[in-house]
Amino acid sequence: MADVFERVKDIIVEQLGVEPEDVKPEASFVDDLGADSLDIVELVMALEETFDLQIPDEDAEKIHKVGEAVQYVLDHQ
Amino acid sequence: MFKRVVITGIGVVTPVGNNLENFWENLTSGISGVGPITRFDTTGYSSTIAAEVKDFKPADYIDRKEARRMDRFTQYAVAASRMAIENAGLDLAAIDRVRAGVILGSGVGGIETLEEQHKVLMDRGPGRVSPIFIPMMIANMASGQVGINFGLRGCNVTTTSACASSANALGDAFKIIQRGQADLMISGGTEAPLTPLAVAGFCSMKALSTRNDDPAGASRPFDKGRDGFVIAEGSVILILEEMEHALNRGAQILAEITGYGASCDAYHITAPDPEGKGAAQSMRAALADAGLAPEKVDYINAHGTSTDLGDKLETMAIKEVFGEHARKLAVSSTKSMTGHLLGAAGGLETAVCVLAIKNSLIPPTINLNEPDPECDLDYVPNTARKTDLAVTLTNSFGFGGHNATLVIERYVAERDS
Repeated sequence: MADVFERVKDIIVEQLGVEPEDVKPEASFVDDLGADSLDIVELVMALEETFDLQIPDEDAEKIHKVGEAVQYVLDHQ
Repeated sequence: MFKRVVITGIGVVTPVGNNLENFWENLTSGISGVGPITRFDTTGYSSTIAAEVKDFKPADYIDRKEARRMDRFTQYAVAASRMAIENAGLDLAAIDRVRAGVILGSGVGGIETLEEQHKVLMDRGPGRVSPIFIPMMIANMASGQVGINFGLRGCNVTTTSACASSANALGDAFKIIQRGQADLMISGGTEAPLTPLAVAGFCSMKALSTRNDDPAGASRPFDKGRDGFVIAEGSVILILEEMEHALNRGAQILAEITGYGASCDAYHITAPDPEGKGAAQSMRAALADAGLAPEKVDYINAHGTSTDLGDKLETMAIKEVFGEHARKLAVSSTKSMTGHLLGAAGGLETAVCVLAIKNSLIPPTINLNEPDPECDLDYVPNTARKTDLAVTLTNSFGFGGHNATLVIERYVAERDS
């Protein structure tokens, strides 16, 4: 769990250019971390690459917060 | 009633310097920016040299996340624009940004991004192509990002006419202000073509110098030993401003832009017209636009790329337009030091004209040791020349037969015409 969170956090920090301390499980990608629609697509792709997953669009649309992304990875790894 | 258009700021990201002081110091000291290509493995390339931008850190000018979403050609343009705005002492909050626009030239746009993402497509399939591939790659995005970064809401377009791109950009920007449709335009050019595919393409055309063992001596316009141009990258941006607008805010006025001419050879995709007719027409049109007799011109910053045909035909065209006066005016090619910035060349060379006027100093044509008998003008060989300049002209010619010429004059408060 902690390991997955750290790896997800690294991706978010790199792609969204945000500070690591702002990447909390309850943080919303759009409202708290300043992501736009292109960022979300990029993030989902990076999660797929990093964790060797296929995330269907209908699942991706439900991922709004950092914690949801981490949980999705844990559930599907 | 035409408005007068002045230049109030310059920003540079170039192979000979990433600030105005270094840029000018190197150009007037005859320092070459050419070296071996470090960006990629040049095994198998006939030309392995280029004039690269050195020590450029996007984070010095651009928000980290924004920089990630920009191809190199856009990063250069945003950085050079920021420097130009600063050089112009421009307080963006104090101007009407609806009447401020952007016209930049770029020959190829984000080809580095295109190549990287094509590899992603081939290796990992369509589902892995980045969602920011298209907005990073398209050639208009440098202009778009300058508009976004500085909140400029006036006319915003990109000109693409190969190596004449930024001369056309500046000409168009000049005309928009002259017609009274904008108070201020950010204009110039940007290019980042030092990629495996782009350099291979120019190599296959036999367009590039293969003097790989002597990078600093490879770009030698008008010299008998010239063997092609040296590819380069960078961005040079100028602030063009309606004169009263500049005076009202107490801006420094570096020079005035007074003429723009453009033409097409209508002859061949890459070879210049064998009589230099298109080039001559472009120079004539620019002089007519400025209302100047040819005899008034003191200095021409030549297109002078160091190709066999190009340098010869530009010389022929200058003689055709200026007659006897061709022997009296000074001509130099700063590409001997900067290499050829393709779509950004016109911006760089307009900046050279501005700085030459301001400093009463003409940068030389370096590596001119044995002049070609067919290139027999005064090319200011190898050493900068101290002399007052009132009227200068810069030429840019591009594949496709595009020709563009700009007239840059010393600023004087009262003008006859």
